[in-house]
Amino acid sequence: MARALINIPPKAKRGEIITIRTLISHHMETGFRYTTTGTQIPRDIITTFVATYNGEEIFRADLFPAIAANPFITFTTVATESGTIALSWSGDNGFAATEQVQITVE
Amino acid sequence: MRRAVLFAAMLAVIGSLARASDLPPDKQRSSYQDMAPATRAMQDADTDNPAMLWVLDGEALWQTKAGNAGRACADCHGDAKQSMRGTAARHPAFDEKLNAPVNLEGRINICRTEQQQTAPLPYESKELLALSAYVALQSRGLPIESRDPRLEPAISAGRAEFMRRQGQLNLGCVHCHDQRFGEKLAGSTIPQGHPNGYPIYRLEWQTLGSLQRRLRNCLTGMRADNYPLGSPELVALETYLMRRARGMTVESPAVRP
Repeated sequence: MARALINIPPKAKRGEIITIRTLISHHMETGFRYTTTGTQIPRDIITTFVATYNGEEIFRADLFPAIAANPFITFTTVATESGTIALSWSGDNGFAATEQVQITVE
Repeated sequence: MRRAVLFAAMLAVIGSLARASDLPPDKQRSSYQDMAPATRAMQDADTDNPAMLWVLDGEALWQTKAGNAGRACADCHGDAKQSMRGTAARHPAFDEKLNAPVNLEGRINICRTEQQQTAPLPYESKELLALSAYVALQSRGLPIESRDPRLEPAISAGRAEFMRRQGQLNLGCVHCHDQRFGEKLAGSTIPQGHPNGYPIYRLEWQTLGSLQRRLRNCLTGMRADNYPLGSPELVALETYLMRRARGMTVESPAVRP
């Protein structure tokens, strides 16, 4: 299981713009590199990131080989109601990680 | 006239010798101060600092039983937040059994072989970096110490290494890091080369790395014969760097460009 660091304010006022910051461990092997003996190192990257807020998709990103290791993704959303923000990453070789964070909206 | 020129030349020589002396504590400058605001922000917030991913792994490893003894770090040392406070700030430390200084990675491996009775972790392995990052984090904000008189022989050996010209470029560490810090080398600001943030998440590496990896980087850049990871020469150099940086605040695990 990949490690992830997530920064979402636990509490927010209704209608407030909140910033979500995420960092996940992944080596993001580009597929363009070769070993010293000349064999190509196969691509192994995260390809998709999706964030949902109470089941509704609020943010989606496609990732490519030029993105650095341990991708840091940050975005904003409007705090509408209390509930769960779920973040999921998926990629090559069946990579999948999901994290859920509770948010209270007053 | 000729005598005056000779005298001026002699003064210049003496001046350059004086410049080759140690970095005075009031001139110490962490490379944090020379980093771009975005890189500083990465280091400042624990949720933005990629090195914290290793710290999470280290925290888990601290509790994991290993080896024939079936013991975890926590079984002897308890809560790292208390027991490991200040540990990284005083390593390399003198080891009586080995009669030599031992750095943090070496100390972890001594614990593994002697207490846990298992194989030492290879340098730059994910596990060793994770454990050293977790232990080093417990010293964050504390000043670097270098007091043990038994370290003096290693400090002089490390200092000699620091001053010695070597490699095809015929440079010593001193020529960049004591005499030309703040100037540019290929567009990058030359740092003073302090060990106050290791292990570091280096953006160029896209991963965490130890001080010895960084030292070997520099030696490669000087086109010098390199020392293997964990060698006594590199530990001596680390010991000197800690003396040179004494009093500076530990930033581990730091982010560097």
